[in-house]
Amino acid sequence: MNKKQKERLLRIVITAVAMILLWLINPKGLVRGICYLLVYALIGTDIIKKAFAGIKNRQPFDECLLMVIATFGAICLAIYSGSGDYVEAIAVMLFYQIGEFFQTYAVGKSRKSITDLMDICPDYANIEDEEGNLEQVDCDEVETGSIIVVKPGERIPIDGTVIEGTSTVNTAALTGESVPRTVKEGDNVISGCINLSGMIRVKTTCEFEESTASKVMELIEDASSHKSKSENFISKFARFYTPVVVYLALALALVVPLIRLVMGMEPGFGQWIYRALIFLVISCPCALVISIPLSFFAGIGGAGRCGILIKGSNYMETLANAKTVVMDKTGTLTCGVFEVTDIYSDNVDHNELLHMAAHVERYSKHPIAESIKKAYCNEKDGCTVSDIEEISGQGVKALVNGRRICVGNSTFMENIGSKWHECDHNGTAVHVTFEEDYAGHIIISDKVKAQSKGALESLKKCGVNEIVMLTGDVAKAANTVAEELGITRVHSDLLPTGKLETLEKIMSEKKDKKDSVIFVGDGINDAPVLKRADVGIAMGALGQDAAIEAADVVLMDDDPGKIAVAIKIARKCLSIVKENIWFAIGVKVICLILGALGIANMWFAIFADVGVMVVAVLNAIRCMYVKRIENV
Amino acid sequence: MKKTYKIDVDCAACANKMEVAANKTEGVKECVVNFMALKMKVEFEEGADVDKVMEAVRANCKKVEDDCEIFL
Repeated sequence: MNKKQKERLLRIVITAVAMILLWLINPKGLVRGICYLLVYALIGTDIIKKAFAGIKNRQPFDECLLMVIATFGAICLAIYSGSGDYVEAIAVMLFYQIGEFFQTYAVGKSRKSITDLMDICPDYANIEDEEGNLEQVDCDEVETGSIIVVKPGERIPIDGTVIEGTSTVNTAALTGESVPRTVKEGDNVISGCINLSGMIRVKTTCEFEESTASKVMELIEDASSHKSKSENFISKFARFYTPVVVYLALALALVVPLIRLVMGMEPGFGQWIYRALIFLVISCPCALVISIPLSFFAGIGGAGRCGILIKGSNYMETLANAKTVVMDKTGTLTCGVFEVTDIYSDNVDHNELLHMAAHVERYSKHPIAESIKKAYCNEKDGCTVSDIEEISGQGVKALVNGRRICVGNSTFMENIGSKWHECDHNGTAVHVTFEEDYAGHIIISDKVKAQSKGALESLKKCGVNEIVMLTGDVAKAANTVAEELGITRVHSDLLPTGKLETLEKIMSEKKDKKDSVIFVGDGINDAPVLKRADVGIAMGALGQDAAIEAADVVLMDDDPGKIAVAIKIARKCLSIVKENIWFAIGVKVICLILGALGIANMWFAIFADVGVMVVAVLNAIRCMYVKRIENV
Repeated sequence: MKKTYKIDVDCAACANKMEVAANKTEGVKECVVNFMALKMKVEFEEGADVDKVMEAVRANCKKVEDDCEIFL
């Protein structure tokens, strides 16, 4: 509780006590009026002050001003009618203050718990001075390449490489993964992880601001500035709602009695003005304005806790409407770690074939090239490699010791006119030619992730109609994976541009405008596709800036099961948002009608106003509790 | 150019008002107020004097919601 809140609470308590005393003593006449006015002044000073500031700044529909008019009106009516019932006006002010108090308190509390939940940046880093004493310094002051010491139980403040010590680290805050990871000398560690067992020395590889933890925090904080449709609706609604209700109140107070007067009935000014005042009490749209962004913020915070970064409230909405999920194969459904599993050759020594292929792929960063180089570990020998030319999506050719060697897929073989032949083994075949002669092929396979099958099942269970697999890989390798996972629609042999075209085609097949298409990739070469899809999800993106940049949703680890979890979180959040919208607007409309008919009194109105807000805020906070979804 | 400022404000509706007021201030290209994080992100027009613009933004915000504060 801050100072403002404490002061407000004190005033609420004093007013409540004074009201009880006045009720017990029950003074009469002028004394009564003065006593109650004093209490009114006590509880309402700040509101009255704000109301006048509102008039001065030409903000006529300021809620404080409306409250003041409503309560002051009630007091005037009490004097005018001679009933001496001042309690109502003070009670309205009192409950309004209680509502405001609760609102700032609850919002402050939940803001703190959400940010605490996401607070993965430590406040300091340990640096060793010359005498070996540890000194705590501000993370911002640590330069790249410094050596920091992370003690057991501390969070790693900055990304870096371990140079001394072994330990286990808990990555849960970033990935949602609860099994600790072991790190030793030479391993990279990411900021935000908690060091569990041993002391490690880390050489930082970037500055604090560039570190994973800082970036993740910034993403989450920025997320709420991408406003969803519901939020835009609410801010528009709030802009119209208050003036409309105020004009209605004016109409009730003036027009209705005038019509009655013309029709020859008793105008009943007092009664109609009272009803108009009830309108003013209900005119604040606060319950809506506060609970909708709070719901989204809580949902995004909760999802972050499971290792799912949602980059905006608007993506929550599209995620919830997901009907089609398009997935990349390599690295998404499969492990993305290629291994040479077989070598076939008719007349060349297997080792020689691998040796030549490794030389040609020397500078290529393609996963297939990496795996060939891994299989032939002493690639950098005395051989001369020159004239390397990489043909994107096909292969690489180069001169090795003056001999022209081509390494690539079947298209490449066709293009260079080689006498290649099909291979009947599972996996991707990389063909190799020596000069004009076909030398053989290397089989590279990738394993399907253990969680993939379960992930697809849970996607189907949560209402995804179609799952499509896109891949740059050959049809055979793609079909094997698709069969294993039960995917019926597969597009293979796609270049990055082909992936984009296929996705656009799938998006144009949508039945309903509201349905959305999700693309899931590992972010390595599908950035344009990630951007084009309604929601682009990047997987296993920890430490990959390009993927984090291009995607709308980032899964910190590479478990495809998280896609369904993300959809479920989004749905839950959206349904809470809808509940709040309907509940808040519904109750207000009912109150307005009852008030206009004279059934509801001011007590009823203030309860509706404050009560609705309390319920809506509590409901919004439910968005944060997503742990149960994850375990379903 | 973009900058982020810490703010203090009590209610979400007031935060919306601040956003509208800040966006109307000369020199501000776009301003987003994040009530949940209590932060204000301001993108300035080319060549605007940041300090002066922010003073104006603060004054305009105080006009619509005198309980607010922007920490410059």
